[in-house]
Amino acid sequence: MPEQVLPVALTVNGAAHRVQVPSRRLLSDCLRHDLRLTGTHVGCEHGVCGACTVLLDGVPVRSCLVLAASADGAEVTTVEGLGTEEALSPEQQAFRECHALQCGFCTPGFLTTVRAYLDDHPDPTEEEAREAVAGNLCRCTGYQGIVRAVLRAAEIRREREVAP
Amino acid sequence: MTTRMFGAPVQRREDARLLTGGGRYLDDLGHDALAAAFVRSPHAHARVLDVDVTDALDVEGLVAVYTWEDLPERVRDPLPLLIPHPSLVAPRTGYALARGEVNHVGEPVVMVVATDRYVAEDVAERIAVTYEVLPPVVGVAAAREAVHLVHEEAAGNVGAHLVQGYGDAGAAIDAAPHVLELDLDVERSACVPLEGKGVYAVWDTDEQSLRLWSSTQTTTGVRAAVAAKLGLPLAKVECTAPDVGGGFGVKIMHPWPEEVLVPWAARLLERPVKWTEDRREHFVSSAHERQQLQHVRVGFDDEGRVLGLDVRLWHDHGAYIPYGVIVPINSSTQLLGPYKPGAYRVEFWSLYTNTVIVTPYRGAGRPQGVFAMERTMDAIADHLGLDRADVRAANFIQPEEMPYDFGLTFQDGRPLVYDSGDFPASLRKLKDLVGWDGFEEQRARARAEGRRVGIALACYVEGTGPGPYEGGHVHVETSGRVNVSTGLTSQGQGHQTILAQIVADELGVPFEDVHVTTGDTRRFGYSVGTFASRGAVMSGSAVALAARRVRAKALRIAGDALEADPGDLEVVDGVVRVKGNPGASMPLGTVAVLSNPLRYAFDDTARAATQFAAGGRGPDEPPVAPGEEPGLEGRDYHSPLRSTFANGMHAAVVETDPETAEIRVLRYCVVHDCGTMVNPMIVEGQILGGVAQGVGGALYERMHYDESGQLLNASFMDFLMPYATEVPPVETDHLETPSPLNPLGIKGAGEAGVIPAAALFASAIEDAEGFRISRMPISPSELFHLRERFAAGEVPALRRGGPAGAAPATPATPATPAPSDEGA
Repeated sequence: MPEQVLPVALTVNGAAHRVQVPSRRLLSDCLRHDLRLTGTHVGCEHGVCGACTVLLDGVPVRSCLVLAASADGAEVTTVEGLGTEEALSPEQQAFRECHALQCGFCTPGFLTTVRAYLDDHPDPTEEEAREAVAGNLCRCTGYQGIVRAVLRAAEIRREREVAP
Repeated sequence: MTTRMFGAPVQRREDARLLTGGGRYLDDLGHDALAAAFVRSPHAHARVLDVDVTDALDVEGLVAVYTWEDLPERVRDPLPLLIPHPSLVAPRTGYALARGEVNHVGEPVVMVVATDRYVAEDVAERIAVTYEVLPPVVGVAAAREAVHLVHEEAAGNVGAHLVQGYGDAGAAIDAAPHVLELDLDVERSACVPLEGKGVYAVWDTDEQSLRLWSSTQTTTGVRAAVAAKLGLPLAKVECTAPDVGGGFGVKIMHPWPEEVLVPWAARLLERPVKWTEDRREHFVSSAHERQQLQHVRVGFDDEGRVLGLDVRLWHDHGAYIPYGVIVPINSSTQLLGPYKPGAYRVEFWSLYTNTVIVTPYRGAGRPQGVFAMERTMDAIADHLGLDRADVRAANFIQPEEMPYDFGLTFQDGRPLVYDSGDFPASLRKLKDLVGWDGFEEQRARARAEGRRVGIALACYVEGTGPGPYEGGHVHVETSGRVNVSTGLTSQGQGHQTILAQIVADELGVPFEDVHVTTGDTRRFGYSVGTFASRGAVMSGSAVALAARRVRAKALRIAGDALEADPGDLEVVDGVVRVKGNPGASMPLGTVAVLSNPLRYAFDDTARAATQFAAGGRGPDEPPVAPGEEPGLEGRDYHSPLRSTFANGMHAAVVETDPETAEIRVLRYCVVHDCGTMVNPMIVEGQILGGVAQGVGGALYERMHYDESGQLLNASFMDFLMPYATEVPPVETDHLETPSPLNPLGIKGAGEAGVIPAAALFASAIEDAEGFRISRMPISPSELFHLRERFAAGEVPALRRGGPAGAAPATPATPATPAPSDEGA
């Protein structure tokens, strides 16, 4: 029996996309393989590791637990939408400064998580920063740099607000 | 003057790309490739009676289904025994697809190729395999009892057996004033990188050649193995490791069944094929490590000096033994740590079980060896009523005894000789860092508040940077861009950064001009791989030597052009100049132009090197000088005499909840000596990451097999890896004793952080609780049950007393049989 295919409209990092996807296709696979935005990584496919975290209408979600079809009409922000190599976002710059990544596989999920967190909590304590990233797994860094990077990203955001 | 990069905490070259979604991991390639999926055994031990694909054939998008019978010669033969060793008495390796028998849950039985992974899994689900279930062998104790056998030809389930030692340990123990025996137990854990394995293959029918990408720690190994299996000339196979999302050892094992089958299918089908491992597959079909039962017998004097040490290890290597005996050899040799027992005997049995294979996981057998030795040191201290640090110090090899030759053979087949290290200095630093001497006051204050705290320290020595060799190639383009390549691979260690730091210094060029490629056989074909903390030691040394060759050549060519003695030249910021006369100079890019005499001009720089251009060599000299080659490039290799030995000491303070038995880490301190550091920021990152895996391995992670060989916790929901909230802040201090075995004085740092953690936490929890801990990891519920058994007199007390300072419930006995029926 042929699979049911659905039309899905997504705005990803500000760009409008229309795709035809099987009804069971995961948002993570749609982003990665249909739209070729491979910055979103899949580490467990059961919603625990957080590597596939994207912002769906501004809210962090596990894209491996969302069907692409159910995101129809949504605004999606992936790691590619945060900043560029030439103009790193505050989170990206902070991760670099604090050596908060090694292999880089979990990193996009941390960055999107931190972006959403700092939008709501611009001035976290260290304890709050640790809690903010406590739903994402990293196997390389031991998290010390990541927690520091959350605090540093908050600082950079403030610096950039002050600067013209 | 060029800023010296070696030793500076330079930010990583890799990061901007990885932070912006520009990483290219295995599954980011080949979007249009066919997808492979596997039908895997649901049984730990069974005969495969029948494979019925009838129901699967009408699935739209199915391309091919293969069983072992479909495989051609070589592909159907057993997978290679990678590291042969005389101790292997019954070496068995698996097949790419099961040949009539399965020996662990997760073993591949049928390969499916389809238009995408969703369809491939639909097909796999409809394939019916009939099994005759056989009795499984699960756990070391069952393997040792050998009521059932994994492989009939492996009597007693023994795959390998080895005895090493020096002196007469038995006689030394019998003659010693004090004797203790310990039974110890370490459970299974695994690397669990966030990215699983994966392989992508493209067959070029026109060129009859294979391009292969694998999430591997060795591309040269995979390339050679695949060429051999497929009967292809090496020249027709190239392998690249793209960005790799963590390895920690599991990806040095090769060729995995999928690494053989995916390229084979790609060639057969003349279509690109890709397989990306999912998380459950990683748990049940990649490698695990760590599980051992240990028996220690030790004789010592009144100061705690070890006069004789006799250790027996029963090592679980799983269903097959493709990686040989590296892990138990590491356990049995690195067990010695910074100490020098008067006599030593170690015997190990490497045993088959019907569980996933065991290959090196970060630390590679050292955590178990260190566990045995450090538990022994603690037991000696407690028996004699001495300070645990003092007993360790009494057994240290002294700095003036370096190099120290044990008379044993290490895992690289070379003598076990420590090259350098200052253990007393490391211990002083660690005691200062953690406040060892003032801890009793802290304990008393905690007790007064009704809290239980404990402190511990643990020491290790780690053989790093084993040979046989690594190579480096350095090439200066006419633009001044410097290309560096080395064969070993990267999984996040920052090789692009540290190798660029080394070359920038050696060559005298700006760091930004240096571009490093790793793990691509098209660029560098000779390599071993990334494992055993060898990246910086081996490839760092190799690219330094290659850069020195390039520099020497640049000075020869520039010396001719500038009419100066090469000895009077220097290279600063990418410019060759006469010392003391900066006016007489030329950029390295120009030297590169001169190094390569041309007939054809294709741009302005090339024009300067053509045959009618001004300058150049005289009419009675050949355009390329005798003994030279065209191009400003150089290649060299580092092949060390033997491994270099890094070392370190960790201390921890823990608090155990009197009611819930929860274990909280209050302090974690590390003193580490990896020789000279290329980039202290990256070294620190390696150590912190290792500590996190050590904490996980000691307090949270275990592979939970039931008696039928089912892995009960094969997901991130049930296998508890630490999150940010479980890893304590780590305080570090460093010592740098350079290695004499390589040109840069460096030692490896990759595995260090993980090695002593299980031993350390066992000791700290024991110190808080007042009774013996002999099995790791330990969970709160296990600690809770141990307390109950302690109260019932079933667990021996420490002589130094329990949490309330009470007298021990039972007197310490010379022999301390271990409880080993806790947990599963």
